[in-house]
Amino acid sequence: MYDYTDFDAAFVATRNRQFRQQVERRIAGALTEDEFKPLRLMNGLYLQLHAYMLRVAIPYGTLGSRQMRKLAEIADRWDKGYGHFTTRQNIQYNWPKLSDVPDMLDALAEVNMHAIQTSGNTIRNVTADHFAGAAADEVADPRPVAELIRQWSTDHPEFQFLPRKFKIAVSGATQDRAVTRAHDIGLQIVERDREIGYAVIVGGGLGRTPMIGKVINDFVSQADLLPYLEAVVSVWNLLGRRDNKYKSRIKITVHEHGIDDIRARVGERFKVIRPTFSGIDLALFDEIKAAFAPPAFREGSTAIYETAYKTDPIFRAWADTNLAPHRAPGYAIVQISLKAHGATPGDATAGQMRVMADLAERFGHDELRISHEQNVILPHVHKSDLPELHAELKKHGLATANIGLISDIIACPGMDYCALATARSIPVAQQIATRFDELKLEHEIGDLKIKISGCINACGHHHVGHIGILGLDRAGVENYQITLGGDHTQDAAIGERTGPGFAYDEIIPAIERIVYAYLDLRESPEESFLATYRRIGMAPFKAALYEKAEAYAAE
Amino acid sequence: MPREFTPKVVTGNALIEGDVIYQTADDGWTRNLSEAELLTDEAEARLRLLMAEGQPDQVVGPYLADARPGASGPEPTHFREAFRRTGPSNYFHGKQAELG
Ligand code: HEM
Ligand code: SF4
Repeated sequence: MYDYTDFDAAFVATRNRQFRQQVERRIAGALTEDEFKPLRLMNGLYLQLHAYMLRVAIPYGTLGSRQMRKLAEIADRWDKGYGHFTTRQNIQYNWPKLSDVPDMLDALAEVNMHAIQTSGNTIRNVTADHFAGAAADEVADPRPVAELIRQWSTDHPEFQFLPRKFKIAVSGATQDRAVTRAHDIGLQIVERDREIGYAVIVGGGLGRTPMIGKVINDFVSQADLLPYLEAVVSVWNLLGRRDNKYKSRIKITVHEHGIDDIRARVGERFKVIRPTFSGIDLALFDEIKAAFAPPAFREGSTAIYETAYKTDPIFRAWADTNLAPHRAPGYAIVQISLKAHGATPGDATAGQMRVMADLAERFGHDELRISHEQNVILPHVHKSDLPELHAELKKHGLATANIGLISDIIACPGMDYCALATARSIPVAQQIATRFDELKLEHEIGDLKIKISGCINACGHHHVGHIGILGLDRAGVENYQITLGGDHTQDAAIGERTGPGFAYDEIIPAIERIVYAYLDLRESPEESFLATYRRIGMAPFKAALYEKAEAYAAE
Repeated sequence: MPREFTPKVVTGNALIEGDVIYQTADDGWTRNLSEAELLTDEAEARLRLLMAEGQPDQVVGPYLADARPGASGPEPTHFREAFRRTGPSNYFHGKQAELG
């Protein structure tokens, strides 16, 4: 795994010392809130509905057991014993005290972690496929390049005051698990004539004006990548609207100027920037790549696994949903669901974090990943260890067999925590999960992604959910709008609105009607919800959603 | 025509803990909405807010929030203020736990 250099460690330590002084001066009254706010945001500290919130970066979602244990310790010592894993591969603490935050940041620094650039108009935490380095369908591990981008973008003097935040995601596999098409820049690792390079996708984003990114260049070589990215960001830095916050993201710039115009400008800028890159970045990249060398996979019989799979139906159900194919023979990728039915999506207690850290150490070559779907991954587990691993997970409420199913919901914090929210997300997710568990329909329904946001900012990715739910405030009451047909993969699509929204107590029955309509309308159990929707379109779902509701109301 | 003034409380977040606080009639701060001062006069409300803005050592982001008189003090009129008064609905955390 990649370790910080001395330079990185010194940089973080200096930042933490500065911030400690800033907090002290704020408390002593030497800084006003207006002066302090940008400083705290530079260090990932927000003020939310009920308390401060500290957002900690987990670069490309990768961490080791030592880091996971530290996250647990912080949750116990300075928070309420849990943390919330987010869609951007961060962890958020919801209850810190202002005066404790410098200590929390120092604790993080002990394990090479920090909260720098988790807020503000900068290049944010670089995210990547959560199966990186393990997936069977991988062209190349996306993490070395994500780390290279992290180093290039952190504290980059030109990019600290961008028109708005800027998000980069990297996928190294054919199946896009990093939502690259909904990022300011998405990078897709591709191979051409035996050379590894990058397809660069630009101008995707969710929020108020959701857009799917467009390919600006279908092959950028490794040598050209950083100067090319620098050219893209600097073109936007110049053109991006600073007069209107809602029009400042690069997706609007691309939309207003057109991708061809942006491509031409980036090309021009690239010519100027390219010679300023001496090639040191390539040497650095080789070093980084070496640090991400795969662990020593072992060879061994998988008979224990096969036996358990045949004889234990609970283990089998879990294996069927929660394992993914690994590229090494005899290995599997284990997805640990943080979506126990009725639980808050993405939350893990300090105890659970420690269990996952222990298991990673015992069975998983000491590696953990956080997925954008708010789950935890053990990327490398030998199949012979799976029965024992499963038994341990079960003891700690971590063996829910629902990855990719209707209860594996992404939900933003919503009005329960977030100061920007217009409605709650979490209880809606909790109720949907509980309801379909009661109905015992989850496995029958199969692959279905529900994503919920508590306001138009779309932190819960509702636009790209097969079923998206957006919480709004309609004259002082919570109201929920539904979209169908969204997709976050390489075939990315923005969901389409069904029509008028539903009140808080109508939203669960509405989701039920959509799901029953799907079960009626699908050609076979193999046809997923999304495939059915793509085949038959909105109309039948709309009928189920509204006509039936009217029929009930008329009764 | 100007909109009719509806009753308000002055509220914001505490500087150190970050939790929700309300201004009281005796110029102090409380964590309990029912102990807050309910302001029914617009000019008075503006003055009280100004005062709160002059106390950055105690409160962050003070504003006027709608409230209505209840049996035991002010009550929220909007669900956002209702959550700020109690805490989140997924855990028994925040005010609901602290104030008992
Ligand atoms: C609770 C504190 C949070 C605040 C104040 C916040 C704020 C925002 C805002 C203002 C936007 C819109 C930005 C724009 O379009 O320019 C946004 C978008 C987004 N946020 Fe959050 N957010 C919060 C939590 C989260 C969480 C918990 C997640 C992950 C679960 C998240 C992930 C995202 C994503 C994925 C987007 C949309 C993607 C895009 O940038 O286009 N945020 N957030
Ligand atoms: S979508 Fe809205 S409510 Fe949800 S976390 Fe983002 S800003 Fe808050």
